[in-house]
Amino acid sequence: MSEAREQILAGIRRSLNRGRLDAAHETALRERVAAHRRNLVPARAAALDDPGRIDLFIAMAEEVQATVTRVGSSAAVPEEIARYLAAENLPAEVVLAPDSTLADLPWDERPLLRTRRGRAQAGDAVSLTPCVAAIAKAGTLMLISGAETPTTLNFLPDTHIVVLRADQVVAAYEDGWDRLRTHGETPRTINFITGPSRTGDIEQRIELGAHGPRRLHIILIDDRRNVGDGESRCRSGVICCCGAKPCGA
Amino acid sequence: MLATSRTFEANARAGLANPTLQRALGMMRSGFPERRRVAVERLPEFEALRDIGKSIKDHTLEHLDFYLELFEENVLSSGGQVHWARTPEEARAAVLQICRSVDAKIVTKGKSMIAEEVGLNEYLEQNGIAPVETDLGEYIIQLRHEPPSHLIAPAIHLMKEQVADTFRAEHRSLDPGRSLVEARQLCDEARAVLRPRFLTADVGITGANFLVAETGSSIIVTNEGNGDLTQTLPRVHIVMTSLEKLVPTLEDATTLLRLLARSATGQEFSSYTTVSTGPRRPGDLDGPEQYHVVLLDNGRSALLGGEFQDMLRCIRCAACMNHCPVYAAVGGHAYGWVYSGPMGAVLTPSLLGLAEAGHLPNASTFCGQCESVCPVKIPLPKMMRHWRERQFAEKLNPPVYRSGLSLWAWAARRPALYHALVELASRVLGWLGSGRGRFRTLPLANGWTAVRDLPAPEGRSFQSLWAERQKSGVKH
Repeated sequence: MSEAREQILAGIRRSLNRGRLDAAHETALRERVAAHRRNLVPARAAALDDPGRIDLFIAMAEEVQATVTRVGSSAAVPEEIARYLAAENLPAEVVLAPDSTLADLPWDERPLLRTRRGRAQAGDAVSLTPCVAAIAKAGTLMLISGAETPTTLNFLPDTHIVVLRADQVVAAYEDGWDRLRTHGETPRTINFITGPSRTGDIEQRIELGAHGPRRLHIILIDDRRNVGDGESRCRSGVICCCGAKPCGA
Repeated sequence: MLATSRTFEANARAGLANPTLQRALGMMRSGFPERRRVAVERLPEFEALRDIGKSIKDHTLEHLDFYLELFEENVLSSGGQVHWARTPEEARAAVLQICRSVDAKIVTKGKSMIAEEVGLNEYLEQNGIAPVETDLGEYIIQLRHEPPSHLIAPAIHLMKEQVADTFRAEHRSLDPGRSLVEARQLCDEARAVLRPRFLTADVGITGANFLVAETGSSIIVTNEGNGDLTQTLPRVHIVMTSLEKLVPTLEDATTLLRLLARSATGQEFSSYTTVSTGPRRPGDLDGPEQYHVVLLDNGRSALLGGEFQDMLRCIRCAACMNHCPVYAAVGGHAYGWVYSGPMGAVLTPSLLGLAEAGHLPNASTFCGQCESVCPVKIPLPKMMRHWRERQFAEKLNPPVYRSGLSLWAWAARRPALYHALVELASRVLGWLGSGRGRFRTLPLANGWTAVRDLPAPEGRSFQSLWAERQKSGVKH
């Protein structure tokens, strides 16, 4: 196939009416790549302060049929999962990403909630994963693959629950790339997830749960001090543990 | 697949006479364009992003050799492989060789227009490998042995009753008495039928919306999650793609992603945007052991530097066909091959040749909607005009058309004669049609009068009125 490679590259240069780029030109292009220069980033989220950005994230995530609950600390996550599964009439069984932040949660306080750590298998109903960032402007979660974060958890189970910390909510995708680059080498998979799976392939009617999860639930750990002072409101409308008032309260 | 672009006129007539197709197309007219409009209005920077998207693509194409080599370098360093393919034959052979090397029996497929372009499914079947389309629309048309009729909604020509009939005929192990009335039921059935295929496939093939030179990554954009199951569960992930999908950096890809979903479905962002780089890493609990990129040229490199280079900016969003009055009237199958609508009318002749696809660049009213909604500002009408000129230069039009056009051109180059003829013709026609004010039939004009009346000219020609106005010194 190397003959094909050489012919294609030669064909490109012939069409562009030039030979191989000279070394200086190539260096300039390599510098352009390495600079990670941002193009125009829409202003929608950039101007917001922390609470505004989080509110925008929640509003956008709910617009694409994800559900969001705020909790006041990571210790409240198992309790929220038990509540969510009961409310949705789902079995109390969760596959956890083998991630240290999830392992440290007080699972023993919820003895009826059965948990397993590992990748997803056929038939798993509910998964719980962390994420690396959330993009406020589109209500998008950013997840990466790794030894502690298998990708199958994001797609095989019918219900995907994601734990998100308030300080992970960034304005734009570009902020997500910056965070990712601090993790070192590019992971095998980076998933941007915006709401549950859907299709419009039959008469353009949107149906959720085409092949991926039917439900996407986001547990937002918001332990900033001002939560509960009446300024922040829990958009999911459920009574939640952070003390924020439900919408319309 | 066998192209039928040559018979576009007959295909179009069949499409117009098909009531089910017309019902399905009617739903499209009110769907995609309206959703795009709302999404664009919500983003004040959309117009500026179009210009930037265009310049990113132009920059990449001008330096395509450099960025391809950089892409390959980074695929290799992340443990993947690149297979360069000049022709569809080479691309198919590369895929088959990879499948054979792992003794693959079942191959799941995410949506890939390149796989359609090279006719991959047929080829794999001939070689004893079962390809299973997993995008719902692609799965439906695979069962029906039909080509896609739309870039992003391949089964848009079908109504749900037709899908139900197909599922009943093909899913024979299921209860024949089951209800398949709602789209929900059809989705659930496809989900249940395809899940075991995902889990047992040996190889997963996806397309790529973008390739990123900086990281050696491929990016797919889907709503269903089928692409992710396809590329995560099997041992081998093959990306079927083509040269022009490349962009320099993740930031550049981000700008184009902002344009893509809004232009395509009117979503802010599709449900799943996935960046894949190499195979699973040591310690990973899932993901493929092998990552291959099959990079197809198929005539694209020859388009660089010429009048069709702009077409290589295309990000396959389908906005042009969603807004095209011709596409909306005749449907995608009339175009007779993989790509339809205005982008197909420009791209197909360069891939199949003008002799086969010469009708397509003529299937346009030149209303300009396609160019005005194109996220990367491809001058589609201008390029259709280039094809028409080449078609004339290569003597590919019918003799009557050619001699008529030559005659007109001969007269048009002689303004005095031309004006006199126009003046004469309009007077004669005006006199002949003075009774009814219109003609039901007219010699040499039955292309027009077969479907509507021709209004009779009233009074004098525009040219003579204009000349008179100029003379009398009226300011405009």
